[in-house]
Amino acid sequence: MFPEPSHDEIARYNFLANLNRHLATYLSPGNRVVYEARVRPAFRAVAGRDFRDRHEVRRAMLDDPFFQEWSALRRNAMEMRQQAGRSMVLRQIDALNARAQALNDNAGTLRLDPSLELPSYLAKVDHHCMPGSYHTELVPDDVSAAANYDSGLFVTTGGALGPMSDGGGRAVADFVRTTFPEFSPRRILDLGCGLGHNAVPLAQAFPDAVVVAVDTAAPMLRYGHARAKALGVENIVFVQANAERLDPAEFPDASFDWVQTTMFWHETSGTAMRRIFEEIHRLLAPGGLTLHVEQPQYDERMPLVEQMLRDWDAYYNNEPFWSAMHGIDVRGLMEDAGFRPDRMFDGYVRAKVDDEARNPASPTGATEDHGRAAAWYAFGAWKN
Amino acid sequence: MDGIDIRRAAGAKAKGKRPWFLADAQTERVMAVAMAVAQELAVTRERLDTVERLLADGQPVTAATIDAYRPDAAAMAERQRWHADFVARILRVFQQELEEVEQQGRELDTEALASQFAE
Repeated sequence: MFPEPSHDEIARYNFLANLNRHLATYLSPGNRVVYEARVRPAFRAVAGRDFRDRHEVRRAMLDDPFFQEWSALRRNAMEMRQQAGRSMVLRQIDALNARAQALNDNAGTLRLDPSLELPSYLAKVDHHCMPGSYHTELVPDDVSAAANYDSGLFVTTGGALGPMSDGGGRAVADFVRTTFPEFSPRRILDLGCGLGHNAVPLAQAFPDAVVVAVDTAAPMLRYGHARAKALGVENIVFVQANAERLDPAEFPDASFDWVQTTMFWHETSGTAMRRIFEEIHRLLAPGGLTLHVEQPQYDERMPLVEQMLRDWDAYYNNEPFWSAMHGIDVRGLMEDAGFRPDRMFDGYVRAKVDDEARNPASPTGATEDHGRAAAWYAFGAWKN
Repeated sequence: MDGIDIRRAAGAKAKGKRPWFLADAQTERVMAVAMAVAQELAVTRERLDTVERLLADGQPVTAATIDAYRPDAAAMAERQRWHADFVARILRVFQQELEEVEQQGRELDTEALASQFAE
């Protein structure tokens, strides 16, 4: 399903991947340098105290020339990537839509709901500077938003998720297999599945299970379903629904062994998180697992400048819930939804990527780019 | 695809007020133009690299053979290195700005050095 890039479009993406990598490895560390060398001392001199929180740090850094330049370059790189992806996808939109339609072929495993109302946290924002975000359809049966997103995953992460952008999902499958060897799920729910790049590796790793992949955006689901078919993955059902309120007729109580989200919560809202955790608790069978891959939560052990840099995407890359989400007490939320504290856990999962298949431009394991690295924090709980 | 101006749609603005970081938004727009031009230069360089490789292999050089060319792993690695070097060249000034901050207070300007050496 991947859009076919031309010679020059590949060259453009090569430039952008290397630009992102340069910004991450050469320039981004400079923010800590200017913070310690001049921003923090200047603040202390005037205020007579140190910074209290990441927001104070951010407001002070906004006046620093180096932070300004790095931010200007980074924002611009995001916009350039969108233009590069959209020009590539839109010139072949008819062919892509036709290919998706042929693969989807009115299959029962793709269930769209045109009447679904988009939650405001998705309707009001073009996430990561993506014009039209996930849901906009330029023509009927459109998949262009998903094709653009798919092509950009590779560039934005510098290839760190592997050629199929499935490094995250493969890491989750591997984490669950090695950490919980006795666990053998039959029904897996992936919430906020997008184009299914994390659901597909779960379906592949657990071939006897059925994966139900839920998202609100029809273009992502159409593309994701077609992509899974093209990859020969048959044990996934793609459903258009709001994870806050899943229809009990289609999603009965205790009907899943595993509910997964991957880089999902930061594009929801505080109210939505509460509702979705309640849904997860309702949907899980006794002994079921819920696992969530996200960026690490901020806590007092994380330096304020680090928190501020991780917050960059929230304020300057259209991820408005990112900052608040990473300050939320997720254990408390899970407890409120009915999970027991002694059944909760957390840890790190690392993207699994075949080295030989990696784009040479991909960042090394040591390179972290505040939200775009291939090693993630994960938290979760067992029900009862 | 009828009725959609692809050129305009590709460059559309994302929803939400755009943050401007530099002291002057117009300077930042010039930076955006410069980076886009740099990107297109990199594209041209890759096309030239393809031409050179086709010629070295004794292949015909036409728009079609250039567009159809896909590098092998070694050629791809060389291209990636070229892009990385290229980006480092065009962003040199920011690297040096940082080095200056790191050397803060330990460097003299040329006027100070001139009077020092004149003694």
